[in-house]
Amino acid sequence: MRDSAQDESMRDRTSTLPIVFEAVAFAAGETRVLRNVSLSLDAGPPTVLIGPNGSGKTTLIKLAMSLLAPTAGRIRHAQADRAARRQAMVFQKPVMLRRSAGSNVAYALKAAGRAANAATVMKLLDRVGLAALADRPARRLSGGEQQRLALARALARDPEVLFLDEPTASLDPAATKAVEDIVAGAAASGVKIVMSTHDLGQARRLAGDVVFLAKGCLIERAPAQRFFAAPATPEARSFVAGELII
Amino acid sequence: MSALDLVFTGDPKLFSIVGLSLFVTLSATVAACAIGLPLGAMVALTRFPGRNALIVFLNGCMGLPPVVVGLLVYLLLSRSGPLGPFGLLFTPRAMIIAQAALITPIVAALTRQLIEDLWAEYRDELTAMAIGPAGRVATLLWDARFSLVTIALAGFGRAAAEVGAVMIVGGNIDGFTRVMTTTIALETSKGDLPLAIGLGLVLIAVILLVNAMAWAVRGWSEHHAG
Repeated sequence: MRDSAQDESMRDRTSTLPIVFEAVAFAAGETRVLRNVSLSLDAGPPTVLIGPNGSGKTTLIKLAMSLLAPTAGRIRHAQADRAARRQAMVFQKPVMLRRSAGSNVAYALKAAGRAANAATVMKLLDRVGLAALADRPARRLSGGEQQRLALARALARDPEVLFLDEPTASLDPAATKAVEDIVAGAAASGVKIVMSTHDLGQARRLAGDVVFLAKGCLIERAPAQRFFAAPATPEARSFVAGELII
Repeated sequence: MSALDLVFTGDPKLFSIVGLSLFVTLSATVAACAIGLPLGAMVALTRFPGRNALIVFLNGCMGLPPVVVGLLVYLLLSRSGPLGPFGLLFTPRAMIIAQAALITPIVAALTRQLIEDLWAEYRDELTAMAIGPAGRVATLLWDARFSLVTIALAGFGRAAAEVGAVMIVGGNIDGFTRVMTTTIALETSKGDLPLAIGLGLVLIAVILLVNAMAWAVRGWSEHHAG
């Protein structure tokens, strides 16, 4: 049986970052979802994408993950081989595979080419506080537990960059805090977090820098402290002040 | 002797017919699933020229008349047919082939629809995990396993109730290729209603029993696997 050290040595360790958007646009039929977005996702503290619904946050993350292809512009990845990229994603409504929580993690480990032994599975489940539920069918977990299991699956890929699409959108405060603690822990361990949210409180708690989107356009990007203290654009000022942007 | 006497006294003739029927139908169901499940999943997950035509063909074949399937298999297996040298005509193996040919499109078409719907739900998650094509097929088939059991049962039911195809390629030879449905047809035409009714009762009981067992296994598995 291969051990973790061998797994690591066999994996392509070329950095996945930076991911650079160059005048990227995306349209779904006649609807222009993203317009002329240029930005670079680099190693460092969490980047939080904020903006109202329909501003293009999810589309931007899916483009970065190569789940969608831009209709204009281009996205440059430091690691050209998509399968070798050390990136993972947690969706707003993650799909739980029809098997136990532990088997879900084992599946993600195997998919990442890592040894899916019981010790590694339990270590990951323990990291998200689900070790006691390893044998429970994943679809029988609560919403918050499912989101934490999705995080464990994502972390099983040993990602350099972890994308999260509004991971706490439908969770209560306790479950939200549990997820935020895991995300903060991952960030502290060196994982680049790129997360979308329209919860300003969450953005203040987690963000290192903020990307503010509205109507498919990148309106402003700034370090979190500066963004919240003194937004540079009228749209961002309105959003931070809690006004409706329609 | 009444129909119930034949059933409850364990009439050897009746039970040899039941045994052969189960052997033929279960074998045909296994063969149809071995071909139809991966075929349906592959059609669901791949895009190729003529895919839509293949889907229409598979869906259309779900309503194939058994006697037409029997005729086609007969032509294939007859002495002058391409598979004639194998000497399969009028054997249980010919009946398995005919039943498998009849229900493989059903299994493939229903699997294609099921996996395509499931893929719409799983696409982003599996793509984000960088799962390759073979892994996707395996994952979706495994996660759809409870619904696939129902599809297999639909195939089993269709094969078990079928009479035309096995009559043509099996020949309804007493003690060799005579199964429940062909016996019921024959005995009814001869006026031996007790045996026909007895076999009819057994046929219905077998189908109900297999479905009940599958339902129980599905319930137990769903409870444990979610």
